[in-house]
Amino acid sequence: MERGELKSTDSVNTGKLNNSKKVKRRALLKALIGIPVLGAFAFELSEKFTYDKEKKSRIINELGLNSYKAPEIIKSSSGAKSDLLRIGIIGYGSRAVSHANALGFMHPDHVEERTKSNRINDWLAQEDLNVAITGICDVFDLHAENGLATARNSFRVGGATSSNIPVKRYRTYQEMLENKDIDAVMIATPDHHHAQISIAAALAGKHVYCEKSPAILEDQLYKLYDTIKNSKIVYQLGHQIPQSVIFQQAKDIIKKDILGKVTLIETTTNRNTADGAWIRHLDNKGNPKPGDEKSIDWEQWLGNTPKVPFSIDRYYNWTKFFAYDIGLIGQLFTHEFDAVNQLLRIGVPKSVVSSGGIYYWKDNREMADLLHCVFEYPDRDLTLLYSATLANSRSRGRIFMGHDASMELGSTINITVDGDSTRYKKYIEAGLVDASVPMVSFNPNTGKVDAVSSATEKYYAARGLTTTNINGVQVDITYLHIKEWIDCIRNGKIPSANIERAFEEGVACIMAHRSYVEKRCMEWDPVKRRIV
Amino acid sequence: MNDKIIYTSGQKFALIAMRLLIGWHILFEGFSKLLIPNWSSSSFLKESQWILKGFSNWIIAHAGVLNTVDLLNTWGLIAIGTGLILGIFTRAAAISGAILLFVYYLNNPPLIGLEYSVPAEGNYLVVSKTLIESAALVVLAVFPTGSFAGLEVLLNNFRNRIKKSEE
Repeated sequence: MERGELKSTDSVNTGKLNNSKKVKRRALLKALIGIPVLGAFAFELSEKFTYDKEKKSRIINELGLNSYKAPEIIKSSSGAKSDLLRIGIIGYGSRAVSHANALGFMHPDHVEERTKSNRINDWLAQEDLNVAITGICDVFDLHAENGLATARNSFRVGGATSSNIPVKRYRTYQEMLENKDIDAVMIATPDHHHAQISIAAALAGKHVYCEKSPAILEDQLYKLYDTIKNSKIVYQLGHQIPQSVIFQQAKDIIKKDILGKVTLIETTTNRNTADGAWIRHLDNKGNPKPGDEKSIDWEQWLGNTPKVPFSIDRYYNWTKFFAYDIGLIGQLFTHEFDAVNQLLRIGVPKSVVSSGGIYYWKDNREMADLLHCVFEYPDRDLTLLYSATLANSRSRGRIFMGHDASMELGSTINITVDGDSTRYKKYIEAGLVDASVPMVSFNPNTGKVDAVSSATEKYYAARGLTTTNINGVQVDITYLHIKEWIDCIRNGKIPSANIERAFEEGVACIMAHRSYVEKRCMEWDPVKRRIV
Repeated sequence: MNDKIIYTSGQKFALIAMRLLIGWHILFEGFSKLLIPNWSSSSFLKESQWILKGFSNWIIAHAGVLNTVDLLNTWGLIAIGTGLILGIFTRAAAISGAILLFVYYLNNPPLIGLEYSVPAEGNYLVVSKTLIESAALVVLAVFPTGSFAGLEVLLNNFRNRIKKSEE
């Protein structure tokens, strides 16, 4: 090594045969120094690859999760699709915009926006559901006009096939329900109208897709249940989460009993913005949003609630007031309850205790901004906990806690083994499983980036409430949920968020709300089917 | 002339050892990206905090660009690692490796006030191991380690012989 290659060149020059051979051999050895290193690298790499694969596959196989296949969107059968379904939308606020998009209709302004941000193609890839929006009903002229412009826009999913079907604006929902040219209605009004309109629609023989909550008053809920049960219409409550791919996976995990005995489920709300606390009368720039007594039919908006003078605060921020909604329980816990109920079929709780208060958003609100509800299911050996804050956004997730493992279910699934698990003891001891990091995680969105803009949107996305990834395509889960409803209408089947689930949810939520208001433990009498 | 410089065996040994170690590390970084299903640089780029933040966000926002970056990154690392280990195109590999690592560094430098969601595996202030590795590659680039050991030795001998026969 001491003599460098310069000297070797010299020795070549001398022409001595011996030296030359020696030098050549030495040069060759030097030249090939990388080969054994590369060989060792290849050996280590293959060892590591095999080790990782075996470790992973051993756990996955052991848990029976190896059979998982990404689901595909079930295409509607073409025969059942042939009849055009004529839909009326009642309440055309921001939620109805998503409904219209899911049906395959979009406002020209939104088309332009999404085209600019490169997000139009996922929407256009939706299946044409063969529906027409033929009626719009809203008490606010501006919203109704948005609805009309959307329904009339010929740029839509599946092309402009039904563009010549007239779209009518209805001043009241009663007028819309009287019209024979409407087959089904989608209700996205403030919550105090939900039950009443759903009942009227069912009596008029129109299928119903209603946003949560199903009802905010006990009597209305019972009446809604009876009316829907005695009708032939298809009722679907607006809970899109179970349509997400990740949710199907969670079902599989529960079915395969990977978590062990689940005794505690923690659901949470973690928000920290004015918008998230339902202060929504200002736009992004801080200017008041449009609307006044002339353009809003206030009498109709109030419906059966106590008469109060026109208030733009109540109009935009209705969630704050108990006359129109049951606060966090109605707006957000409903989603949590549905997610848990769809997975575990927990039904109506035996008892509920709620407590909380108005601790941060000290405006004129009635709804609590910190709220905690405990739902007991002694028959199932299970407690469901809901903890909500509108004054801190630390993510606390939605966690199913079993004796052997915990599952955090959001837009992804993380399963973490419990350090004291009986079932996984041998894996923990063998070093195959680490209780401090997730053992298995499912993330259908790996490597995919979706543009979510506002804090509230991000909140929903993190909780699996907006889109899901099916074979590499971002699919709007509201679309999947509405599609399920429409397929059920055509095939006479029962959708996932049917009236039974809506009833269970309605009872649980009203119990929780009453417990907060009446400051006492509410119980359910399963014989009389009444809250006591 | 530079050619006249004679390095001690210790100097050569140290430089070659450093080249092989860095080559190994970079080669495995490349392969691990290849072996992780659906690996993407997006999670790294999302964390980008400093002067490259805008550029990184632009990459993430464009799926096509992101794919290209992922592909170039993975195969770039593999090529650089192979070059360093085998001692072929050594200087090019060292320079491009130094630049690549410096870009990584610029994406998340441990500067005061920049917070990252994933904690570093050590404690860094301004200088991180990435920066040091980048600097080490600069060292390799300024020494002719390819002519100490590696396939370039053969190449040089071959060149010399041609030169000789021409004379």
